[in-house]
Amino acid sequence: MLNSKELESLKKLAKVAREDIIRMSLHAKSAHMGGSLSCVEILVALYFKIMNIFPKEPENQERDRLIFSKAHDAKALYATLAERGFFGRKILEGYELDGGRLPGHTTRHCVPGVEVSAGALGHGLSMAAGMAYVGKQDNRKFRVFTILSDGECDEGSTWEAILFAGHHGLDNLVAIVDYNKLQGFGFTKDVLDLEPFAAKWLSFGWEVKEINGHNFKEIVGILSKLPLKIGKPSVIIAHTIKGLGGVPIYMNKVSSQYRPPSEKEAKEAIKKLKKG
Amino acid sequence: MRVAFVNTLLETAKKNKSIMLLTGDLGFSVFEKYIEELPKRYLNMGVAEQNMTGVAAGMAMEGRIPVIYSIVPFATMRNFEQIRNDICYQNLNVKIVGVGAGFSYGPYGHTHHGLEDIGILRTLANLTILCPGDPIETTLATEAMLDYIGPVYLRLGRAGEPNIHKTIPSFKIGKGILIEDGKDVTIIGTSTFLQRAWEVTNSLKEEGLSVRLISMHTIKPLDTQIILESTRKTTALFTLEEHSVIGGLGSAVAEVLTENRVNVIFKRIGVPDRFTKAIGNQEYMRKVNGLSAQQITETILKSLGRRK
Repeated sequence: MLNSKELESLKKLAKVAREDIIRMSLHAKSAHMGGSLSCVEILVALYFKIMNIFPKEPENQERDRLIFSKAHDAKALYATLAERGFFGRKILEGYELDGGRLPGHTTRHCVPGVEVSAGALGHGLSMAAGMAYVGKQDNRKFRVFTILSDGECDEGSTWEAILFAGHHGLDNLVAIVDYNKLQGFGFTKDVLDLEPFAAKWLSFGWEVKEINGHNFKEIVGILSKLPLKIGKPSVIIAHTIKGLGGVPIYMNKVSSQYRPPSEKEAKEAIKKLKKG
Repeated sequence: MRVAFVNTLLETAKKNKSIMLLTGDLGFSVFEKYIEELPKRYLNMGVAEQNMTGVAAGMAMEGRIPVIYSIVPFATMRNFEQIRNDICYQNLNVKIVGVGAGFSYGPYGHTHHGLEDIGILRTLANLTILCPGDPIETTLATEAMLDYIGPVYLRLGRAGEPNIHKTIPSFKIGKGILIEDGKDVTIIGTSTFLQRAWEVTNSLKEEGLSVRLISMHTIKPLDTQIILESTRKTTALFTLEEHSVIGGLGSAVAEVLTENRVNVIFKRIGVPDRFTKAIGNQEYMRKVNGLSAQQITETILKSLGRRK
């Protein structure tokens, strides 16, 4: 569990990541700020507390793997990896810009720590499952984490992968759904309702836990107890808020997926982060 | 071709422990021996080709050499985006095997025909496309595929194709095989139509023509050298394929000819751009599409001005 010092440190790291996300959105006039902001705590917890990683040896075979399936929110991953020391923070400044190294959707090994090329939804869980299958077959210790968006749970291929991982009891596989309830053009409940969401995963042979995806105590608490059940893949449904800690007028709105902040909005948001 | 493929796969997999066979719930009376001998190196992925392809990519990232298997449309079209993004974009060592080229599954209907696979896959960077023409080439192509590091598509017929080669030829990815040399006409055949190319070659010879016959077992990378050499040695060139005339071997050869400003008589012979409203076995479906040996011979003789 987390002591108060650790908790404060993680909260500080989340703030820095949010600032980076806002800056990248501003400079590149880039979309997908909202979904990047909603998964900040999940990523910070994984990279600073949960995952066995080697920032200076990103290819170390013993590392836990993270397959960032909701790759449209790559800003959040890049910010976390830079903070964790996988690459220099200066690289963040080139996000989505001509000649930069960070594409809007991840490319495998574009910078150290990025495991897969992704961006088309519904691909990540299958790749993660393939890695986990080999890990189990070879009695390897590494775990495979994957972060999914709620929108990509519309994809049939995601459910093929859920069926596969459940069937094979891949308990070295951990899916975390950033359930911010908003997808491309509406609320998930209005577009294509996922509920009863937890029950669906459960019936496909997964062990499920629901948490507040912005609460470090809950995130670290649950991710310290993996697998949730021996012989089953784990899924954490993280209830989150799209655009949290960004520009207030876009928070929990469809617009948070598309609108980059104006200079003024970015300034205010960063000021607020620094204060709070 | 299936038998040649699976036997070669099994023999190679016994030596190379990284090889893993994944099937989309197909392989009855094909994979039993493999499963018996290498049970842990086999996975029936169920009827879930998209997941099969993504899982294969994940396995390849962990050092496995996954071989994924299904009928051509389900091995290449249902999962096209996974082939593009997960395998080719990441340049992973995954082998895609499609069975049932052309009208191999004749009476099953168009859902099961493999008529567009080469066309769509040829657009993918990093992908090598192998289309062996008989069981001998299938064995060689399977060996070459498993030896090569990188994404490969292997297009197979079904069962019962005869051997065209009399001896074991030298097989190199990207190098067409000259089966017979001639001075008048070049016939380039691929995949299930190597046999047809050979039949047509014999018919043309009976008409008094000297025929150069090439097996183009690799569509990508294409052997431009043997094509250009043929345009110097003969004055007419015909491509034969059990695939749409759009996008396949014929299109690939046409690209080479036009970009090299070669002036020869040229025709793409393949399946016309339409869905066939007919039901029948492979040979019947070919005939309905103007692709019996006799029909193709006539088409060629017309192009040469020897028939009206």
